[in-house]
Amino acid sequence: MTLKTSTRQVDGVNIVDCSGRITLGEGSVVLRDQVRDLLSKGQNKILLNLADVTYIDSSGIGELVSAFTTVRNNGGELKLLNLTKKVHDLLQITKLYTVFDIKDDEASAIASFPK
Amino acid sequence: MTPERRSFTLDSTLETVDNAEQAASEIAAENGFGEEEVLQIAMAVREAAVNAVLHGNAYDPAKKVSLDFERTAGDLVITIRDQGKGLDPAKIPDPLAPENLLKTSGRGIFLIRSFMDDVQINPSTAGTEIKLIKHVHGPAADGKEASQ
Repeated sequence: MTLKTSTRQVDGVNIVDCSGRITLGEGSVVLRDQVRDLLSKGQNKILLNLADVTYIDSSGIGELVSAFTTVRNNGGELKLLNLTKKVHDLLQITKLYTVFDIKDDEASAIASFPK
Repeated sequence: MTPERRSFTLDSTLETVDNAEQAASEIAAENGFGEEEVLQIAMAVREAAVNAVLHGNAYDPAKKVSLDFERTAGDLVITIRDQGKGLDPAKIPDPLAPENLLKTSGRGIFLIRSFMDDVQINPSTAGTEIKLIKHVHGPAADGKEASQ
């Protein structure tokens, strides 16, 4: 199952609900296109909801890093929400857990973005 | 009874990566590894296959990736070979170094080493061979399937 995304906006924050696999090829491209699409519309507060992401490989990790730096370079913030244990463990062993702002509650995640 | 050895010859395509991962998952499960270890083995094989297809063979349709699974008395040994220029492991940067943390690539070998018990990288002018070894524990360790 490749990656599927849908977006919704709450209090000016764009929540991207992701489901499936973020892996080399289509999955990474879907995520990249989604983030670029939001940035092209001037939307730079992005919360990636990874609750239904079942698998990420090293290319997918790279895509998350790329999204993080791209949004930051556009003056915005990208945060992660609802990591599964598998994704959590991967970000921990790659030391990216300290790089990303990771949330486990949607309401407080939304409130943490600058107004 | 699980065969002692299974071999695959694969094209240099993204589909190969998915197929290698799937084969690894099935064979690891057949050899009695637990769910967590099956995931780790499958991911290590996926990352090695990505390296073989992308960096080794560079998607060249004339070049193949070979994938071998061998069950020894104490280990599952997985060997992946490409026909590229040869990967120099000494030149792989440390992805945990602060200056590399925000790089968008370069974590594949690190993840493979994290998930397997032993990893041997043997580059040559004919390509790169990477050997992934996972020790067999528990009821499967005597060479029989866990379900038997």
